[in-house]
Amino acid sequence: MASGEEDRTVEEKETNNKKRTKGAIATAWLTFYNIAMTAGWLVLAVVMVRYYLQKGTHKGLYKNIARTLKFSQTFALLEVGHCAIGIVRTSVIVTGVQVCSRIFMVWFITNSIRQIQNEESVILFVVVWTITEITRYSFYTFNLLNHLPYFIKWARYNMFIVMYPLGVIGELLTIHAALPYVRRSGMYSLRLPNKYNVSFDYYYFLIIVMLSYIPLFPQLYFHMLRQRRRVLHGEIVVEKDE
Amino acid sequence: LDLIVGSVVAAPGPPTPAKRKPTKKTKKAVVFFEVEILDAKTKDKLCFLDKVGKVLPSFSLHWYPARQSIRLDPKGKSLKDEDVLQHLPVGTTATFYFRDLGAQISWVTVFLTEYAGPLLIYLMFYFRVPFIYAPKYDFTTSKHWVVHLACMCHSFHYVKRLLETLFVHRFSHGTMPLRNIFKNCTYYWGFAAWMAYYINHPLYTPPIYGEQQIRLALTVFLFCQIGNFSIHIALRNLRPPGSKTRKIPYPTKNPFTWIFLLVSCPNYTYELGSWLGFTLMTQCLPVAFFTLVGFIQMTVWAKGKHRSYLKEFRDYPTLRSPILPFIL
Repeated sequence: MASGEEDRTVEEKETNNKKRTKGAIATAWLTFYNIAMTAGWLVLAVVMVRYYLQKGTHKGLYKNIARTLKFSQTFALLEVGHCAIGIVRTSVIVTGVQVCSRIFMVWFITNSIRQIQNEESVILFVVVWTITEITRYSFYTFNLLNHLPYFIKWARYNMFIVMYPLGVIGELLTIHAALPYVRRSGMYSLRLPNKYNVSFDYYYFLIIVMLSYIPLFPQLYFHMLRQRRRVLHGEIVVEKDE
Repeated sequence: LDLIVGSVVAAPGPPTPAKRKPTKKTKKAVVFFEVEILDAKTKDKLCFLDKVGKVLPSFSLHWYPARQSIRLDPKGKSLKDEDVLQHLPVGTTATFYFRDLGAQISWVTVFLTEYAGPLLIYLMFYFRVPFIYAPKYDFTTSKHWVVHLACMCHSFHYVKRLLETLFVHRFSHGTMPLRNIFKNCTYYWGFAAWMAYYINHPLYTPPIYGEQQIRLALTVFLFCQIGNFSIHIALRNLRPPGSKTRKIPYPTKNPFTWIFLLVSCPNYTYELGSWLGFTLMTQCLPVAFFTLVGFIQMTVWAKGKHRSYLKEFRDYPTLRSPILPFIL
């Protein structure tokens, strides 16, 4: 019947409208999120530079940036949610692994093991993270605003080549420095006997975490290299079939 | 389409022998097909055959039949061994797409390996083989009787699985990709070692509620083991030997199969029950964790199976859930 057909096209128009509004809300939120994150990491960079210029040393720097660092990095958990609900086209697992490793470094190593907070390796990975995140979030921001300067795109897809390995070195050195303190204090560990019949040794767990960088880091690194080839050179990379 | 080493069979005329599957000599004229096989990814022409009768000869000895996937559409599903060329929706020139499935290994081999591991590994921990616990405990036995019971249950479970693999199960697919054996064995062997380490540890703590808890756990465990076995037998009887037919499973005279009224994959339901029983019996967090991971995987499988039942059979009973009655 004619009215039935009309109803159907009205319905289609409604769903299309709903999709468009959902898309607009998603874009607005993501733009706000990326601007906020760029700002957060810029603040961190400014504080670090100012501290070093004033004091001439990195000792005591961590205490100054601790709160901003924890806030900015923890906020990044939202990115996993963005992938999960589909407003960002990245694998949930890749994002999840990266964000989790950051959260782990911030909360379970640097924050909780006070004795290593003045190590040079901490400054190394914080500096690397700051540069990487400012580049990444400004890239996303400009992309969403459809005004991407080439140098930001260039930075996003080239700086990681050096930054990624440097960051990994900083992280691994920090975990390694933390090991003796973890062993001595027995923190985050559960010994037998207990009613759950399980044990957990944070010291050996950290050693396993360090070893896991060996298979995981190359995978993430080559993932970025493949993305780089696709974006900068438009190469079609044939994905491995399962 | 079974690609076998052999030659084209034509009729009428003197038939050239096919090495594995001899076709019947028909007296009437046979339609001949032209067949071309393209690589599914690159669309390169791999081979072209004219005058093909019922059986396609092998075009490559490098890819043995189990790893050949022949399909009508490059992204479509594989054709089966039993498909007959004449009955496929192709013209007289048939185009097939070939995909290499990679090195294959038989399901039976994988099952036997992945189940033998936990059986032996657990026993190593139970007998406290050296280098696991402190040297003063080498070759001693636990003082808790629940530990001996747990060993018997665990061993029984895996012996049952091995025997079922050899004598009960009728597999739809002959093979799976080779890398699965490494993945599966890591999972089964790894978890078995982790569980066994704590249950057989000198500092093991027996269940809080003592004999009551253990007795209930044992009852649940045995009930579900019998249930699981009953389902495997029922599923086996759905399928005559050597066939790959698929039918809707229904409750039989065995009360343990009455759960088919409510669930599509009761073998998984009973398996979950068994491991819940074992968790309760040992009161061991790694066992609980293993149960949880297994449950998640079995739910994924059950949902898939349930979906394919619904797709294949229009009269599929609507009361059934994939794995947990009314819930999941």
